[in-house]
Amino acid sequence: MTAGTDEVLSFEEAMEKYDPVLGFEVHVELNTRTKMFSSAPNAFGDIPNTNVTPVDLGLPGVLPVVNGVAVESAIKIGLALNCSIAEKCYFARKNYFYPDTPKNFQTSQFEDPIAHDGFLDIELADGTVFRVEIERAHMEEDAGKLTHMGGSTGRIQGAEFSLVDYNRAGVPLIEIVTKPIEGAGSRAPELAKAYVAAIREIVKNLGVSDARMERGNVRCDANVSLRPHGRERFGTRTETKNVNSLRAVEHAVRYEIQRHAAVLDTGTAILQETRHWHEDTRSTTSGRPKSDADDYRYFPEPDLVPVVTNEAWIEKLRAELPEPPAERRKRLQADWGYSDAEFRDVVNAGVMSSIEDTVAAGVSAAVARKWWMGEISRRAKLADVEPAELGVTPELIVELNALIESGKINDKLSRDVLDGVLAGEGTPSEVVEKRGLAVVSDDGPLLEAIDGALAAQPDVADKIRGGKVQAVGAIVGGVMKATRGQADAGRVRELILQRLGVEG
Amino acid sequence: MTDLIHLSADVLARKLAAQEVSAVEVTQAHLDRIGAVDGAIHAFLHVNTDEALLVAAEVDKARADGDALHPLAGVPIAVKDLIVTKGQPTTAGSRILEGWQSPYDATVVKKLRAARMPILGKTNLDEFAMGSSTEHSAFGPTRNPWDLDRIPGGSGGGSAAAVAAFEAPLALGTDTGGSIRQPGAVTGTVGVKPTYGGVSRYGAIAMASSLDQIGPVSRTVLDSALLHEVIGGHDPHDSTSLTDPVGALVEAARMGQVEGMRIGVIKELQGEGYQAGVLTRFHESLDLLRSAGAEIVEVSCPNFRYALEAYYLIMPSEASSNLAKYDGVRFGLRVVPDGAPTIERVMGATRAAGFGDEVKRRIILGTYALSAGYYDAYYGSAQKVRTLIQRDFAAAFERADVLISPTAPTTAFKLGEKLDDPLAMYLNDVATIPANMAGVPGLSLPGGLADEDGLPVGIQLLAPARQDARLYRVGAVLEALLEETWGGPLLAKAPAITESAGGK
Repeated sequence: MTAGTDEVLSFEEAMEKYDPVLGFEVHVELNTRTKMFSSAPNAFGDIPNTNVTPVDLGLPGVLPVVNGVAVESAIKIGLALNCSIAEKCYFARKNYFYPDTPKNFQTSQFEDPIAHDGFLDIELADGTVFRVEIERAHMEEDAGKLTHMGGSTGRIQGAEFSLVDYNRAGVPLIEIVTKPIEGAGSRAPELAKAYVAAIREIVKNLGVSDARMERGNVRCDANVSLRPHGRERFGTRTETKNVNSLRAVEHAVRYEIQRHAAVLDTGTAILQETRHWHEDTRSTTSGRPKSDADDYRYFPEPDLVPVVTNEAWIEKLRAELPEPPAERRKRLQADWGYSDAEFRDVVNAGVMSSIEDTVAAGVSAAVARKWWMGEISRRAKLADVEPAELGVTPELIVELNALIESGKINDKLSRDVLDGVLAGEGTPSEVVEKRGLAVVSDDGPLLEAIDGALAAQPDVADKIRGGKVQAVGAIVGGVMKATRGQADAGRVRELILQRLGVEG
Repeated sequence: MTDLIHLSADVLARKLAAQEVSAVEVTQAHLDRIGAVDGAIHAFLHVNTDEALLVAAEVDKARADGDALHPLAGVPIAVKDLIVTKGQPTTAGSRILEGWQSPYDATVVKKLRAARMPILGKTNLDEFAMGSSTEHSAFGPTRNPWDLDRIPGGSGGGSAAAVAAFEAPLALGTDTGGSIRQPGAVTGTVGVKPTYGGVSRYGAIAMASSLDQIGPVSRTVLDSALLHEVIGGHDPHDSTSLTDPVGALVEAARMGQVEGMRIGVIKELQGEGYQAGVLTRFHESLDLLRSAGAEIVEVSCPNFRYALEAYYLIMPSEASSNLAKYDGVRFGLRVVPDGAPTIERVMGATRAAGFGDEVKRRIILGTYALSAGYYDAYYGSAQKVRTLIQRDFAAAFERADVLISPTAPTTAFKLGEKLDDPLAMYLNDVATIPANMAGVPGLSLPGGLADEDGLPVGIQLLAPARQDARLYRVGAVLEALLEETWGGPLLAKAPAITESAGGK
């Protein structure tokens, strides 16, 4: 891997002098059954060059046919991004020679994207909401996958030979392009990450993409430029290609800001080019020069007819849209009555959906949060898995909670019951039975223990008789100790007060 | 047996159905004819002897077994080598595809196979159908059966010559700017360009996708109608294919009626640039139609004068993109230059060696016309002209049911005569190009021999889109009237072809 050798300025210094402008092109691979223009399966990880038809190989005489499901997915993405949907849009050919592109042109959209002029409100970690304007979302096809062999860089230059897998060629892509994003200031790297995360969440929520960044389902090209504070005109931008994790998006934007600042500080112009991101060195290196005059000789694809939409179709799709993730979060927080901090913790712990399911199964939001943020998260951390992956079902929590509320077990015992259930010892009731965990509910042994505790602490007993009811805790503690925790602390308290003739 | 080759497809079909002859006899007679004269004509690039006889034998067996058969079952056919066929090479007349075999059949070929029509072989053409003389074939020119020193027209000179020389009763052609009709005109045969979208293009190697159309080549109007019904109709593999049923074309040809029809003479497609003998025959046809009860009206299509120029921007633009796939990476010729070749150099060397001059000329022209900064002036303007031509047609069809013109301005010219003058060559298509620009159907039929050179003259009929039946209805009447004046088919006047007549 090539390490960046460029000078960089500290981020803070860069921010003192410059104002960053961002722009993103996010490619989303759709999870349609077949490809964008052929009947070949759209599947990841199969034996190379098996998911191909003559169309995907660009053999002489073949013609494309548009995948209707992909068009619907594109419209759904457009609607989720608050875009207008074109009444009529065309495909266009983007002509360039490259061996991963079987026809040596990519079928894409140029002047008439299917979705345009939308926006997305991005919530940053501290709750600040930043509106990102969406310029367009258009349909296109993915290229094949090249693997360059024998070179030191893994790039085509210097490789001895290259292998190409056309399984990916023709996979439906939606490219989402933002308008220039101004005013993010020092939050720019954070916004970059949050934006891509939001797109990923939306397409996953829509069910139109598997949205796995490690598989390239969501790929981000990040554009960065700087301008001195107060200047309106944009600086020259660079486009960092294929930044394929959320963390990398944040780091790449941060790095480019620092690098641009260092270049501009020397009075040199930024070279308009693509940059490659290197995860190992957390830096970018120069790709190829990219100018606005890049000539792809776009022209309308004559082998395809226009895609024509209508109000009824769009409204039908709109009605099918799931609740947007941000709105869902707002609704759930309001329903559950969590504070902002509590809710953010729940979201960050990845247990929001689990809590939703658990509440639906019949416990209060507070109880559900107590379980998922407490015992379950703790166990998940120990096991190094996601909480949802522990195997705790909403029904289990409902049952545990019912046992507590009925006084059969207490909070402390419930943890042992959970352990038993997770260890495969049966249902909570069975575990209580097998492990002998039931709280002592017969008042006889309890009264015996209470009398013992009162006798052991006569001064405390006097205080309680004298009206210092809060002192009862010390007696309760003694009883619990004596019963090895198997008593219902609430019941014990009641009995103590009764015994002493004091009103609780 | 020799007589069989002079029969029309319609008569052959009836004799086959009546079991007066066998499909093997018919097929063998044509294979024998190919063996006898194709050394002189060079209509075929590949002769498909074994498969053709196998299919014929199957037809004979099926008929003996009493199976239901398509009316044309057992009637052999030649296929232009621009249309892909399994089990036979497909070259498009180019070195770049020499030796390549398609793994799939074109939709029209599937339909021929479904009708059980033995495929005699693949016919010669200008490379990638670019030319009006078949001289641009990488495998040598085809010669005109009327005069072996003259061109058979192009690009489909092979299909027209094969039918004119009685090597096949039927053939498939493709027509982008006249490649079916102009060869028909200069060889004294019939050729039809269907309405754009009327016949699937899937498997026809694309030159200019928005103009290309597959169509029938035959010796009689009725035979073209018979073949047109076999190959026409909707194809889900071709997004531009019409959903309409193919229509009662055979019935229209058999009915043949012009009384009360308005036939429009296109003012702009006669006069200057048209050979005197061509115009004489053309006016004779008008007189015959008038005598049969048609009303001859004059129509003006003022924008046709820009058709050629616009065509030579749109066609090369689309071709430059369609031909990008021939790069040596996936199929066909691959030239690896000496030294340490990069992918760009391999692609460059392959294309330099694999394409002929006319193909390169059009790729360069099209690449230029689509370039940033020139697109609007060239491709954009040409598309506007296209709209104007469509409006001219629409206005003309308000006044006339069909339009009529000479098919080509001259009779067949000498081999080599225009090879070094591309513009003179392009002018040959001045009367045929407007139909492609507007997507309307056109038919060329023999109009007699020009007085000054004794060579065939073609008469072109044009109908509104989806009204292909009108071409057959009028064409059949004119053909009958003309044959009455000649005392038989025009091809009966053609000189006998002998082995020694032409250079092998």
